[in-house]
Amino acid sequence: MINALSRYTILFTLTLLVLALLSFSLIYMFPGDPLINLTGLVPQNDIQREALIKQFKLDQPYPIQFYHYLQQLFSGNWGYSFISGESLRDEIGIAMPATFELSTYAMVIAVIIGVPVGCYAGLRSYTASDYAINTASIFSYSFPVFWLALIFILFFSLDAGMVPLSGRISLLFEVPNKTGFILIDILLAEDINHSLALKDAIKHLILPTITIGLISTAAMIRITRRSVIDVVNSPYITAARSRGLSKRQIFMRHILRNALLPILPLMAIQVTTLITNAMIVETLFSWPGIGNWLINAINQRDYPALRIGMLAVSTMVITLTILIDFFNRLIDPSREKFERGTI
Amino acid sequence: MLRVSRLLTAIIAWTTAIVLGGCSQGKPEDFYRSGIIYCSESNPINFNPQLDTSGTTSDASSHQIYGRLLDFNPDSGRIEASLANSWQVSEDGLTYEFQLRKGVTFHTTDYFTPTRTFNADDVIFSIDRWRLPSHPYHNVSGGRYAYFESLGIADNIQEVARLNSYRVRIKLINRDSSFLANLATDFSVILSEEYAKQLMQKGVPERIDHYPVGTGPFKFQSYRKDHYIRFKRHENYWRDTPRSERLIYDITPKSSLRLAKLITGECDAIAFPSQAEVEVIRQRDQLELAEKPGLNIGFWAFNTQKSPFNNPDVRRALAFAIDKNTLLETVYFDSAVRAKTLLPPASWAYQRDADDTAYNPVLARKLLNDAGVPEGFRMTIWAMPVERAYNPNAAKMAELMQRYLAEVGIKADIISYDWTTFRRHLRDGAHDSVLIGWSADSGDPDNFYRPLLSCGAIPSGTNRAMWCNSNYDRLINAALKTENIEQRKRIYQQVNRLLYEQLPLVPLAHAYRYQAYRSGLSGMSINPYGGINFAGVEKKL
Repeated sequence: MINALSRYTILFTLTLLVLALLSFSLIYMFPGDPLINLTGLVPQNDIQREALIKQFKLDQPYPIQFYHYLQQLFSGNWGYSFISGESLRDEIGIAMPATFELSTYAMVIAVIIGVPVGCYAGLRSYTASDYAINTASIFSYSFPVFWLALIFILFFSLDAGMVPLSGRISLLFEVPNKTGFILIDILLAEDINHSLALKDAIKHLILPTITIGLISTAAMIRITRRSVIDVVNSPYITAARSRGLSKRQIFMRHILRNALLPILPLMAIQVTTLITNAMIVETLFSWPGIGNWLINAINQRDYPALRIGMLAVSTMVITLTILIDFFNRLIDPSREKFERGTI
Repeated sequence: MLRVSRLLTAIIAWTTAIVLGGCSQGKPEDFYRSGIIYCSESNPINFNPQLDTSGTTSDASSHQIYGRLLDFNPDSGRIEASLANSWQVSEDGLTYEFQLRKGVTFHTTDYFTPTRTFNADDVIFSIDRWRLPSHPYHNVSGGRYAYFESLGIADNIQEVARLNSYRVRIKLINRDSSFLANLATDFSVILSEEYAKQLMQKGVPERIDHYPVGTGPFKFQSYRKDHYIRFKRHENYWRDTPRSERLIYDITPKSSLRLAKLITGECDAIAFPSQAEVEVIRQRDQLELAEKPGLNIGFWAFNTQKSPFNNPDVRRALAFAIDKNTLLETVYFDSAVRAKTLLPPASWAYQRDADDTAYNPVLARKLLNDAGVPEGFRMTIWAMPVERAYNPNAAKMAELMQRYLAEVGIKADIISYDWTTFRRHLRDGAHDSVLIGWSADSGDPDNFYRPLLSCGAIPSGTNRAMWCNSNYDRLINAALKTENIEQRKRIYQQVNRLLYEQLPLVPLAHAYRYQAYRSGLSGMSINPYGGINFAGVEKKL
């Protein structure tokens, strides 16, 4: 176990190091002044420029620069957006949880709906209801997410007027940003009508969550169905049947547990898709998350923001993937024999 | 497993309790009615319109946070009393005396608590800040006062003196028939001298422009770039208390998204509906559209300090190469008037029979050949990235012009940056030509001619053509020396003639102004003389 843990740690560190190196090289690869790309500060005169170059060690050889860059990253000096002049760390600190929140809810929906429906389809494999579920899931899985979002906006917001189309909550509510999760922040906020604010926030959440959730649910159904079918056809289920166990016992004790195990690593792959979808959907629903933030940075040619944004997003994705993989290994001892960590 | 489900049940029960239990805390409709959400188009640079001529900055601050000595009556355009009760002008037109209103309170905010009401010190501080380069606050936040610099007002003021706590005298050096009008514009706001003093003592004077304090109907609460600006009602506002408890600017740069939010009710009013969307708004029952001919001009300015654009013949050739009428149809959807001169038809000095360039690509090519501009010459057209009433879609217009210019053998590259960067580069003169415009702040013709093309307006960054002509400056100065309307009109006709010959910029269109809002909003009106004002606006539905 310790062996595996250390392997994961090394894998994680090395990947991050490569990413940091990539983001460091962006300082030179982006057009314009490396000093501005690194710090986001625009020197007013030559003296100030010299001082900044000294301070950020840009006059030193690349390895030393890189080492200094890593130090800065760890100490939280991520530079400033050169459009807004705000600290990038603060901006990402606000944007990242918003994306994370949206992805979490979508994932929850995908699990709550996807797993039972997938099990049902798997148990009734190759029947009419299985075909129906399978068709529906393939159908919704193949929707381009931005198109789906626009269709939802058109029907539910613009035509029916049932739900709002932008943001996390009506701006009339003053919700201070504490955890970055809007629902938790509302409960923590003072001086507001909590029930009204929650209702408002949930209304704002419905469309984006459903948009992302639908596609993840479809993927979830297909994964679960496949896994359940595999387990149902395995000899130990036949053995359990012959021992006279009830259907319920077989399902709860043997099928579900064994079927869920292979789902977890597949879910890890889904996380990347999920976050990518979340980032696309954010821009359509003006959700103040990292995807929206990055698109703005691209539009405004905010190179310091792009550099750190890329690093932040990839770090998040890799951390999640490795964590899920590691967790999977914890609960699935049969994987012990493959000791290499994987992404 | 059981424990988890118990925890879940507890959470659900708790949330339901809050959701249901909260219903007793007043009707939801009342809450949603208590604040107005205005979807604005861009980020303000700061909250002091003295420092910036951009409409975004003055919309966000001028009539919300601040008051002025004088105001324009939005219907008649006449100057009326505001923070000044009354005023007197001497016989020679050089001395102005203002009697100030008593008992006007400044905002009490988290960061400032006033101990006194508005008086002469505030007036003197506010004017001296932009007028005197030696003033301790002059260089705070950059020290550029674009509007006043472009009009050269500071140099024309001899003194601003305090006669007593509520009486101020301003002496001018030269007669200026537009002086009072300038004091009533969005830019001549009154700041708090007491607040400025406090900030200076704390060593953070620049906060005055970012955490503003004024006498206006709303006080500043918070601002997050690209997201929102929050205002709260100023309970002790000296006019009628503002109807709405809260005012929020939801910063939404995309025009189509603003319209969508207006339809779903996420915004109560929106800035600059694009001309293409006007029909959609008219068709919806729950939306209202107010329309007025605007005091604005959209134009195409050449950087006259760069070769070959320093040659009037080249500028004229380029003007002949484009078809204004097509631009009017496709970009403004015919909700604009073709511009011949700088002045819109609504101005009293409008010249009906002014000369205008016509579409003539053959003549254009001939002029270019004569001036030695080769086929395949490359130039840049800078297209502003934001929508403005005077140019709702500069990028599209630039593309059309690109095609027209290709016909006369000129390759045009379209350039755009984000708005702040765009204007910074423009001021440095990095452009060959630019599509931009001007919304006037008073009906006075001087408000068009001077900021747009006078020599003094080059450093302040409103003279986008970087054009300086002593003859022009002499004429527009002469026009201010007289109060006789007919005489002024004649001088402006000479100016128009000179501009037609020199053509530092091509006037394109005077657009109508639109204000779109939900029917539930009462008290919305277009103020042709400047920024939006939410003091009397109330949400009914």
